[in-house]
Amino acid sequence: MSDNNNDIIVRIRNLSFSRGSRRIFDDIDIDIRRGSVTSIMGPSGTGKTTLLRLIGGQLRPDAGQIFFDGEEVTGASRRRLFELRKRMGMLFQNGALLTDMDVYDNVAFPLREHTDLPESMIRDLVLMKLEAVGLRGARHLMPAELSGGMARRVALARAIALDPMMIMYDEPFTGQDPISMGVLVRLIREVNDSLGLTSVLVSHDIDEASAISDHIYLLSGGKVVAQGGAEELRNSASEWAQQFMQGLPDGPVPFHYPASSFRDDLLSGGEGERP
Amino acid sequence: MILATLQHLGQRGMQVFERLGRASILLSRILGGIHTLVPRFSLFIHQIHSVGVLSLVIIVVSGVFVGMVLGLQGYNTLVDFGAEESLGVVVSLSLVRELGPVVSALLFAGRAGSALTAEIGLMKATEQLSAMEMMAVDPVHRVLAPRFFAGLFSMPLLAAIFSAVGVLGGFFVGVGLLGVDDGAYWSQMQAKVDFYDDIMNGVIKSIAFGWVVTWIAVFEGYDAVPTSEGVSRATTRTVVYSSLAVLGLDFILTALMFGD
Repeated sequence: MSDNNNDIIVRIRNLSFSRGSRRIFDDIDIDIRRGSVTSIMGPSGTGKTTLLRLIGGQLRPDAGQIFFDGEEVTGASRRRLFELRKRMGMLFQNGALLTDMDVYDNVAFPLREHTDLPESMIRDLVLMKLEAVGLRGARHLMPAELSGGMARRVALARAIALDPMMIMYDEPFTGQDPISMGVLVRLIREVNDSLGLTSVLVSHDIDEASAISDHIYLLSGGKVVAQGGAEELRNSASEWAQQFMQGLPDGPVPFHYPASSFRDDLLSGGEGERP
Repeated sequence: MILATLQHLGQRGMQVFERLGRASILLSRILGGIHTLVPRFSLFIHQIHSVGVLSLVIIVVSGVFVGMVLGLQGYNTLVDFGAEESLGVVVSLSLVRELGPVVSALLFAGRAGSALTAEIGLMKATEQLSAMEMMAVDPVHRVLAPRFFAGLFSMPLLAAIFSAVGVLGGFFVGVGLLGVDDGAYWSQMQAKVDFYDDIMNGVIKSIAFGWVVTWIAVFEGYDAVPTSEGVSRATTRTVVYSSLAVLGLDFILTALMFGD
């Protein structure tokens, strides 16, 4: 398909995806603009990470199409997919650094795998990327010696090593102390703007994510329930957006996991339960 | 009741075949990636070190003891017939034809196979394999292929070392302790052990075992449920399945080689 709107880097149309009998996405449309920081937010278990894996082609949707940079990801061959992935970086929740190499080799890994650059040039590039995330001095540490925040910054350096067009962040703020959280928030925006990237952020940390996002999609129950800028969502009339943005315990997303009535459950005395 | 049992059996059968199919697809991807080993030759060498060289201690120690026991048992049986001169033949034929390949494969499954499964399974659980895929690096070529070929390459060498060390162990006990004639031990061995019928068949066995054990180990790791429980189950399965596979395959190969 020819991309008539070149401003959109990721175009998701009528996407449906199920895991077993559980429907994770039900006919959703998402557009991600070039150069923007877009957040995909929603309660845990709404398939935010799954969405990133679908964009990266690691999972195949049941229905619908995903385009990246004008090319269709869904249904692409393994070889084609690998070509596309050279243009996207992904940051996993725990960094997913290769544990048998030090920081330097981890950042050099994609360069060594995909280019024939001489070792001296790889060194320059690696040091540049590490300097950008402030960890040039930590290059000889092994991943086990890094704190969670540092591991994510190394993973960020590795993700930008090949100068991709887009980076996907999977829950970058989870389990961070306030300082490294602040560092990551600033870094994501800075890297995005200075390198001219597009960033997709999957998160449920409302304050941090909305501080740096140009656009936010709220997902729940397999649907996009609200979207817009952070301010727009805060003032939104949608009950759902209100519950999520203010962190209310009960609302359209119920506090209780679906169950039979509490009274019946107590009085039944355990009959008909699993053996 | 019977219907439910049948249904359950059928389901289990389907699962077995499905896993077998996945394992075969993985194997074909590994074999198809053999050319990618050339630019990553250092990885292959590194894996030979961790799969093969690090298994040497257990192989050598076990080989010595198995050889010593063979010397002792063989002598006690042979001396009744006054045939203790043939001790060298008994020890070397048992080792080269059977015990060398089989016992070293069992030890290899426990030492190297379990380590391979645990390592690959943990890489999967910590999303390292996923991260590689997202960096457009195929983990089957980068992680699995060097390990598989290193196992394939190391296993025959380990079996040969096991047999050689075992023959020496038998020599210590038979000649050193029990007083079998030194010359007879070696010359009878030389006369009776055939290069093609005995040694090469043993080598073929050890190649087959190396193939099966590393294939199972690599597949179980790659197919593991990415949790700590899943990895531990996969590691157990590697040891159990590859031990059973080695023993079963040994019978088939022996029947084919020496059965006529």
